[in-house]
Amino acid sequence: MKFSEHWLRTFVDPPLDSAALAHALTMSGLDVEERSAAAPPFTDVVVARVTAVERHPNADRLTVCRVDAGRDLTLSIVCGAPNVAAGVLAPCALVGAQLPGGITVRKTAMRGVESQGMLCSAAELGLSDDTSGLLLLDGDLPTGMDLRKALDLDDALFTLKLTPNRADCLCLVGIAREVGAITRSPVKQAPKAEISDAAKKSRHVRVEDPLACPRFCGRVIEGIDARAPTPAWMKRRLDRSGIRPISAVVDVTNYVMLELGQPLHAYDDALLEGDIVVRFPRNGETLTLLNGQSLELDPSLLLVADERRPLGLAGIMGGEHSAINDTTRNVFLEGAFWNPAVIQGKARRLGFATDAGFRFERGVDFANAAASVDRATQLVIELCGGRAGALVDVCGELPRRDAVRVRVPRIARILGLAIAANEIGEIFTRLGFEYEREGDAFMVTPPSYRFDLAIEEDFIEEVARLHGYENIPAKSALHAQSMLPQPEASRSIATLRRRLVDRDYQEVVTFSFVNSVWERTLQVAAHPIKVLNPLASDLDVMRSTLIGGLIDTLRTNVNRKAERVRIFEAGRCFFRDKGRYLQPLRIGGLAFGSADPVQWNGGKRRIDIFDVKADIAALAAPLPVTTQASPHPALHPGRSARIMIAGKPAGWLGELHPRLVREFDLPAAPVLFELDQDSFTEIGLPSARPVSKLPVVRRDLAVVVDDSVPAQAILDALVAVMPPHVEHIDLFDVYRGAGIDPGKKSLAILVLIQDTARTLTDAEIDATVAVLLRELENRFKATLRQ
Amino acid sequence: MVELESIVSAALAEFAGCNDPAALENSKARYLGKSGRLSELLKSLGKLSPGERPAAGARINAAKESLETALVRRREELADQKLARQLAAEALDISLPGRGLGVGALHPITRTLERIEALFHSLGFSVADGPEIEDDFHNFTALNMPEDHPSRSMHDTFYVEGGMVLRTHTSPVQVRYMEAHPPPIKIIAPGRVYRVDSDATHSPMFHQVEGLWIDETVSFAELKGVFTDFMRRFFERDDLQLRFRPSFFPFTEPSAEIDMSFGDSWLEIAGAGQVHPNVLRAVDIDPERYQGFAFGMGSDRLAMLRYGVNDLRLFFENDLRFLRQFA
Repeated sequence: MKFSEHWLRTFVDPPLDSAALAHALTMSGLDVEERSAAAPPFTDVVVARVTAVERHPNADRLTVCRVDAGRDLTLSIVCGAPNVAAGVLAPCALVGAQLPGGITVRKTAMRGVESQGMLCSAAELGLSDDTSGLLLLDGDLPTGMDLRKALDLDDALFTLKLTPNRADCLCLVGIAREVGAITRSPVKQAPKAEISDAAKKSRHVRVEDPLACPRFCGRVIEGIDARAPTPAWMKRRLDRSGIRPISAVVDVTNYVMLELGQPLHAYDDALLEGDIVVRFPRNGETLTLLNGQSLELDPSLLLVADERRPLGLAGIMGGEHSAINDTTRNVFLEGAFWNPAVIQGKARRLGFATDAGFRFERGVDFANAAASVDRATQLVIELCGGRAGALVDVCGELPRRDAVRVRVPRIARILGLAIAANEIGEIFTRLGFEYEREGDAFMVTPPSYRFDLAIEEDFIEEVARLHGYENIPAKSALHAQSMLPQPEASRSIATLRRRLVDRDYQEVVTFSFVNSVWERTLQVAAHPIKVLNPLASDLDVMRSTLIGGLIDTLRTNVNRKAERVRIFEAGRCFFRDKGRYLQPLRIGGLAFGSADPVQWNGGKRRIDIFDVKADIAALAAPLPVTTQASPHPALHPGRSARIMIAGKPAGWLGELHPRLVREFDLPAAPVLFELDQDSFTEIGLPSARPVSKLPVVRRDLAVVVDDSVPAQAILDALVAVMPPHVEHIDLFDVYRGAGIDPGKKSLAILVLIQDTARTLTDAEIDATVAVLLRELENRFKATLRQ
Repeated sequence: MVELESIVSAALAEFAGCNDPAALENSKARYLGKSGRLSELLKSLGKLSPGERPAAGARINAAKESLETALVRRREELADQKLARQLAAEALDISLPGRGLGVGALHPITRTLERIEALFHSLGFSVADGPEIEDDFHNFTALNMPEDHPSRSMHDTFYVEGGMVLRTHTSPVQVRYMEAHPPPIKIIAPGRVYRVDSDATHSPMFHQVEGLWIDETVSFAELKGVFTDFMRRFFERDDLQLRFRPSFFPFTEPSAEIDMSFGDSWLEIAGAGQVHPNVLRAVDIDPERYQGFAFGMGSDRLAMLRYGVNDLRLFFENDLRFLRQFA
């Protein structure tokens, strides 16, 4: 809601300057989003009349004007504006005038002719961008009058960011009422028009659905001149409210809407046939709106119609057919109260917004409909002439305004501050609420213009608002407090994130919506969840993997010359499964470039899967991590694996598929992983076992097996048959080459053997090792390396 | 016994002239060995008269001891010299940088959320979580925003297929938590939220932290106290000024917008208020017995203010040169 401060001050004029008034409004809940001057500062510019125009002797495009600047001042001014003519009224900056942009007007000679001032365009005064010519002024302004006064330029424009509950402040009278309440200033009553119905014509109104249209007021005005001009003051107020002046009758309807809050519609009465009917559409009806849009009317759109055709969308926009035009002689004015529920959402669904719809869906003062039609009638007759017909007022069941019980102790309990009953009563009075006292409660009746006061809390807010939020103390929280649980057997995402940070990974945060083309390329979910109204076409589906965002981040950084990138993200991925939405938390990582940072001795080896596997092992510890070769459409088929944490599938790891490396235009393949967060949050409590004081025996086995046997299979087989004294089995070398047959590899395995109670004999140790070797011979045809 | 003195001085000179352990041992053999010059001298004692022998023997033995002491000393000297040479050879340029992995960093948004969680944790708030693809009921209706209500126009909503929305705020977590837990309730819910908006101060995805405290007497004055306390601890500034001004949210009554002073202006930081009785009733909490406050703050804006970031989009661009500054 945008409005002129001076207009507001015609209704209520508190002893506050503009800034203080804005602050008071903001602190009462009417947020002043913007306050700007109607015009930039300038001085010594007056209304002047050009009395004669002669061609400049030395310049084709200049004229020399005789200018009557009032106060018996006649000036000779050189002017270059194309629209200068004898008789026009224009702003004249006198010698010494200070204009916007730091310009001082001086007596100068222009091409040999003295200029004793400057005739101004709107742009030169900072009033608009119009540089096309002089700002032509209304003919009835007196010459010599200060232009700031003549055009009311010392006004300020306020823009309120109104919350949807305060539709009552979508008009000057409503804002004035609020200013009166918060500043305790007297408020002038809204202008009341006395209309004598001199015209014979009237139009019958039939409301088929009184629930949808509880009140409809209408009136015919006969014999107007639709071409009459709108006066400058009205245009100015409309303009300063952001409404473009159109024609006198339309301007009046907009003006009254701004003034009193009631949206009005004016029809060309000659184009109406028979009664006005308020009804829902019949099958197949169509309507062309004022904005030119043609609609097939769906049955939920309430209509104002005549007996022949739909005339307009009730409370939203009129139709083209019956619109006011230059030749209109008779006008039918409508001022109705539409049930907000019938209006809500309709304009949005049709893809536009109107001032009327905006107000009606929030609630318009139903008690004010007839007075608003009267006020508009009066203004139309003032501007365009004509005679008013009788007011038709079809009134059904209006919204109820039941008294609400507001308990004084409840106010204290909710606010944490006891406010005295007499102050509460005084606040209700200032707000114009009627009330009765009942013990320690008030029975308060909300006024017709407030649609946001239905329960006790609503009134508690009003009390708090007028008492001032800043006057409610900030209390420290003194409440019974018990310690929060601190589970130790599970760990939070925060712990996991820090582990990756400690392993040299940088956390990133990428959008949850991604490019469907990428998502398909990565082939993770066959049907990612579509965003129906994406902000951009490359953010059109919900991610089903974190990998897309990580690769995108990699590309961003590679394009900015990053050579080594180690990143991770923790967040949700999204799937649909048989109509259910799955939103698991995942951790995804990417490592690219050298294994180590650039450093003076090393740092040149490229990262590989095993580096990243170690990072995953560190992340999952104490839970054991193993991998199984497993294809993944986005990964190199020979370098991708399923990750098992504590024996359960937890995600995957691998090198990006060479085809995708090319497609994403990357200089080398990154190693990627993605893990379900759930698979490693539960870690149990450590449970201590005794440590042997006896010496541990280490035996190294070097076995030769087929190259195709996975190392993990060998370790798993050894662990499966692990004899009682074996403490630990691990792989410490893999060798292919000289001394080993092609197609074979040699694995070096260490075995730690120990008993907690006694020293083992050589024979026992040999027997233990033999068990292990036999298993490998039987399972994998392993031979001892010679 | 002039000979003894000349032997001793010759030996001392020779020991001192030895520059490696082998030469020293050879030298030792020449003087102290079985057929060394002192041993020879001892053997010659027999030529002396019995009266002279003890004194001469004692002198020779003393000379022998002094030579042995000198020998040990010289050995140590040689060993020390050898070690010194070795250490000199092994010296490193310790100004060279260390090697191995570096260290990463948390994203500034995470860092901020963790800080917020820690501050509220210290006041007994635990952390709750909820889905980001949310149903209309939890995102709107249960929060007193029925379909087509103008209050919904305060949220530019993303819709996903299947009739769901991307949550426009963290407030649905309030509802889900209250559905599952009876009061007293004291939670915060940090997370991603989504709105159709994009410029230097708006991102289509951003983060909020929801707070909810429901108990028998939790009042608006405590909302002011808790939130003011939080902001001052967060920014570590006891003189930080906040202002609470009336506003409207369908799920709180009274409602407040919370602004923080910043230079000459006020910046919106959070929306808050006393939880609306309709919201409590919808989850079977009796508003006559229980009451409390809720707030929803824009944590990304707090991160921007805390770390001097002037463009929200930097957080989601993930330029490593930007992110590394938060290590």
